[in-house]
Amino acid sequence: MTDSPLLSVEDLHVTYNTPTGLVRAVSGVSFELGREKLGIVGESGSGKSQTGRAILGLTAAGGRVSAKRLDFKGTNLLNANQRTLRQIRGGGISMIMQDPKYSLNPVMTVGSQIEEALLIHNPTSKRVARERSLEMLRAVKIRQPERVYKAYPHEVSGGMGQRIMIAMMMIPEPDIIIADEPTSALDVTVQLQVLAVLDDMINARGMGLIFISHDLNLIASFCDRILIMYDGRVVEQCTAADLDRAQHPYTQGLVNCLPRLDGSHEELPVLKRDPAWRTPPGAAR
Amino acid sequence: MIEIRGLDVVFGHGKNLFHAVREVSLRVEKGQSFGLVGESGSGKTTVLRALAGLLERVARVSGEMTVADETLMRQRSQSFRRRVQMVFQDPFGSLHPRHTVDTILSEPARVHKLDRIEQRVVHALEEVGLDASFRFRYPHQISGGQRQRVSIARALITGPEIILLDEPTSALDVSVQAEVLNLLMRLKREHGLTYILVSHNLAVVAHMCEALSVMQNGAIVETMSEKQLREHSSTMPYTRQLLTASLGYDRTAIDAFEEFG
Repeated sequence: MTDSPLLSVEDLHVTYNTPTGLVRAVSGVSFELGREKLGIVGESGSGKSQTGRAILGLTAAGGRVSAKRLDFKGTNLLNANQRTLRQIRGGGISMIMQDPKYSLNPVMTVGSQIEEALLIHNPTSKRVARERSLEMLRAVKIRQPERVYKAYPHEVSGGMGQRIMIAMMMIPEPDIIIADEPTSALDVTVQLQVLAVLDDMINARGMGLIFISHDLNLIASFCDRILIMYDGRVVEQCTAADLDRAQHPYTQGLVNCLPRLDGSHEELPVLKRDPAWRTPPGAAR
Repeated sequence: MIEIRGLDVVFGHGKNLFHAVREVSLRVEKGQSFGLVGESGSGKTTVLRALAGLLERVARVSGEMTVADETLMRQRSQSFRRRVQMVFQDPFGSLHPRHTVDTILSEPARVHKLDRIEQRVVHALEEVGLDASFRFRYPHQISGGQRQRVSIARALITGPEIILLDEPTSALDVSVQAEVLNLLMRLKREHGLTYILVSHNLAVVAHMCEALSVMQNGAIVETMSEKQLREHSSTMPYTRQLLTASLGYDRTAIDAFEEFG
């Protein structure tokens, strides 16, 4: 294992040309990802999902991506050809989406979807693929892997669907997983159990994780390091443990406006947005 | 103010029979905020809908419900419908997309044959922190938080005593959630309202409510005071697990999680 980062992003911009003018979804995001759990937190419209999608070249039609550097293990993702990109998607970097209901193929059995993910990146015999898929289903703590292997996505629960997604994304053994709100649709206990599965696999294989979420508490307790995004920019970076000592007023506002279990029924501090947060960081940076 | 005794709700027949709520009893005092907490499918929303009288046509509802000394009949009285209002989870789904805010807010006032409708609409908007210019906008022209404010204004129009809140902030960003929760607290203070708040988010319920019941598989597992909740002095393993889970990710705690039900 080397010290060089798995992924370097420098000055990433994503813009959309719309009838009402240019929309800057991401403006000047820079970060490096090593073998760690990096959280990206922000409210809706902050550009957190757009950042994740741009890395994989999944920006919607009409969007323009530019960056000084977008580098995965020495490969420049910006000018890579489609063939290379296809190998990296899934094989090098894969993505877990929010809702398994919409991101699993409804007319394919769970088993054949997981096998497909494996076979595209590592051609092997049907028998080996089946064995490895079942092994993977066991690894994500699915109790009756044989039954689930033959099931269709609508026959499994939301928590199980998300475990299946994780199995599918893990089986080609990527170096990086981008998880975009992977557990927001799940009940809180199921959410944590699914995250534990993800956590264990990432630790065991020494992978990097980009965890995108609006849930500050969850990110602070799950990730090693956090980027806080606002209006397409990273306004602050800190280690998860230092979140309470965050400097930026936006981060402080986000932390303070959460209701707490030991709540005292008092007014919650309301986040006051300062237009100055929107201005690009000056040259002194 | 509100008393529910032995509420049972059953959907469907034969093979498709689903017993959604089992023997639920609860009591909410006037001016109190009462929380109903549980995971999806626990029956918390069904209790709220049964109380509001929204299930009579689709399910078999039995048990006794009284609201301010009025025993509820299958057909709710006009005065019940005026005094008890509801705010739904999804402000996209609960506001008519082709009605202006003005139409949305005047409708309940017209149904209840109230006078000075225009003044009431403007006043209700004011109370939820929106100016009169919002009257002529459509739901798609305003943000999620503003939409939820309109839903609250619609509930206020008839001058209710009780508002049933079904996950009122779970579709909102946390900063907007804080604003809406503050608004609900202020309205409760100013109008002496009684709330039943349904949520999967224990922190939201702890912040808002003086008492709460935890539901699982259609039944109430435990009823707690805010003091008990704050001290985490729960006696039921299910509630304790829910509390632990609400505190965030803790790898070692997760291994101890049990399957309930």
